[in-house]
Amino acid sequence: MSEITYAQAIKEAMSEEMRRDENVFLMGEDVGLYGGAFGVSVGMFEEFGEERVRDTPISEAVIAGAAAGAAVTGMRPIAEIMFSDFTTISMDQLVNQAAKMRYMFGGKAKVPMVLRTPGGSGTGAAAQHSQSLEAWFCHVPGLKVVIPSTPYDAKGLLKAAIRDDNPVIFIEQKLLYRRKGEVPEGDYIIELGKADVKREGKDVTIISYGRMIPPCLKVAEELAAEGIDVEVVDPRTLLPLDKDTLIQSAKKTGRVLIVHEAVQTGGFGGEIAAVLADSEAFYYLDAPIKRLGGLDIPIPYCPELEKNAVPTEEKIKEAIKTLMKGSAKA
Amino acid sequence: MTEKELDAAQQGKGQETLSKELLEDMYIKMLHTRLFEEKVAYFFSMGMVHGTTHLYVGEEASAVGACSALEVEDLITSTHRGHGHCIGKGIDLNKMMAELLGKETGYCKGKGGSMHIADLTRGNIGANGVVGGGHAISVGAALTLRMKKQDNVVLCFFGDGASNEGSFHEALNLASVWKLPVIFLCENNLYGMSVPVSKSMNVQDVAVRAAAYGIEGRVVDGNDAIAVYHAVKEAKEYVKENGPILIEAKTYRWLGHSKSDANVYRTKEEIASWKEKCPIKRLRKYLEEAGISTAEELDSIEKQAKEDIDKAVEFAQNSPYPSLDTIMDDVYA
Ligand SMILES: Cc1ncc(C[n+]2csc(CCOP(=O)(O)OP(=O)(O)O)c2C)c(N)n1
Repeated sequence: MSEITYAQAIKEAMSEEMRRDENVFLMGEDVGLYGGAFGVSVGMFEEFGEERVRDTPISEAVIAGAAAGAAVTGMRPIAEIMFSDFTTISMDQLVNQAAKMRYMFGGKAKVPMVLRTPGGSGTGAAAQHSQSLEAWFCHVPGLKVVIPSTPYDAKGLLKAAIRDDNPVIFIEQKLLYRRKGEVPEGDYIIELGKADVKREGKDVTIISYGRMIPPCLKVAEELAAEGIDVEVVDPRTLLPLDKDTLIQSAKKTGRVLIVHEAVQTGGFGGEIAAVLADSEAFYYLDAPIKRLGGLDIPIPYCPELEKNAVPTEEKIKEAIKTLMKGSAKA
Repeated sequence: MTEKELDAAQQGKGQETLSKELLEDMYIKMLHTRLFEEKVAYFFSMGMVHGTTHLYVGEEASAVGACSALEVEDLITSTHRGHGHCIGKGIDLNKMMAELLGKETGYCKGKGGSMHIADLTRGNIGANGVVGGGHAISVGAALTLRMKKQDNVVLCFFGDGASNEGSFHEALNLASVWKLPVIFLCENNLYGMSVPVSKSMNVQDVAVRAAAYGIEGRVVDGNDAIAVYHAVKEAKEYVKENGPILIEAKTYRWLGHSKSDANVYRTKEEIASWKEKCPIKRLRKYLEEAGISTAEELDSIEKQAKEDIDKAVEFAQNSPYPSLDTIMDDVYA
């Protein structure tokens, strides 16, 4: 085991997969000599050369479309879109092409590509560089959607994504890139569609993912001191979603708070809430399921406003306390 | 030809001889741009500017030359590297600096920051955080001008890198078939982040791409404010009659792409050679040598420019941050 950053974990996953399988390659804007806008691929150009670590022009549509084209014909491309906001420019290729090929062709095609892209706010880059668009992708059958919250998860999930025969949208979290965590050396895989209980607890379940996991865990520790035992569950992949683990946790604690950075309206939290409401967990609930998403606004630039546009530790704590009060058991 | 002869020839070949007033206005705006960026860089190093910013140092002749050829009612769309465009278009320096510091008195009430400054009252439809984001918007703006029978034009600034986006090609095509008055002005500073133009396109000049859409493409020395002025001035009349044109201004950015750029992809010698071609020094030299302004006059303009920027800094620093209560404002009209 060694302590590495989330960014390094992603790089290790890519590098190991590229060493293992010559069909795997990386392409995207400034991924080569520059090492990627967030430094994720630093050093890979030197190791693998420009044939397999390919700088592209600034052309998001063709990056995504070319990945789909290479994938359907036998390669296993990893395509990087510099900010997840610009997947909007790739959308036709992802939604209408990559996601549809296999089904439309009657199961005769495989599209083993990964689209890596950093999402989220907190860097002061304002409204066009800070969005959390995962719910959009979850609405498209044929895609898989992954958002890791730790270096360990990032490495294992990315390896699984690269080996997966479907188009996978792999959303990285800008604010987590420099966070360190234990990662075993060498090969390990985390199956897509398996949630992880990040902290066990018996009073209330937080379901969250990505960069909201660290604040949720912190709040959980703080509330433990006040006698509230919080369980934190991270689905890790939103599509496919590990419904069982979420339902089991909701049954166990009887109270559920869903936290995500993406704006609340139309966010993936609504889907999670519906899954629980539609399951046997419903009969175990002691309070209505609560959602805490980002405010329904574009991300503002000013630091104080930006911070408050998404769930803060204070708001998470407050939401849990409300949930505890509203509970029949309390 | 020496640079001086070139300048003189360009000044002579243009239909108009530029007035002292206009030239000095261009000079101060270029200085404002340079000094503004230097302050922003300083604020950054002090941790006072949030996020990222893309500085325009070295490219001042292009924005100021181009915007000086426009009327207030002419429109521009700008880019992520837009501070120079704003200043060229005559924006309020105080509000601009305040926006960079995220203050309530800023152009966007502290909500937009460096990449989203807009001043609709002075024809700036907005900087843009999305590379290529302005191409199509400029087409729509030109359509408005046409449909409302206004005799103005739209100038769309973008980089060489942005000319690889689909939106560039779609916008040129539509503007061409609808014969809309858009001047597409490519500021070719030779790099899209770390990638040199030679590795992102297989033509030397972005200008030749115009041919594919049946429009004219011209190349101009982007470090020569007067040349850019004339090119845009001419283009203005041209696009009103004939529909869009593509002008490519060849220039260079002295600093990194953004604050996080380690600059590993270009040599110190290359950067130094472009610093030799400083557009501001060049204009000053011309003004003096052509006997248009005296050294004293130019010194006093420089002094004025410094004072203006210092005032903007003071204004910005003394302004309050927006209140948290405003966080939900302005999502909808
Ligand atoms: C659609 C989109 N893709 C990528 C980026 C990230 N990015 C910002 S500026 C830039 C380079 C732009 O190059 P160019 O258009 O030549 O303008 P320059 O920076 O050289 O002025 C890139 C890749 C972005 N902002 N928008």
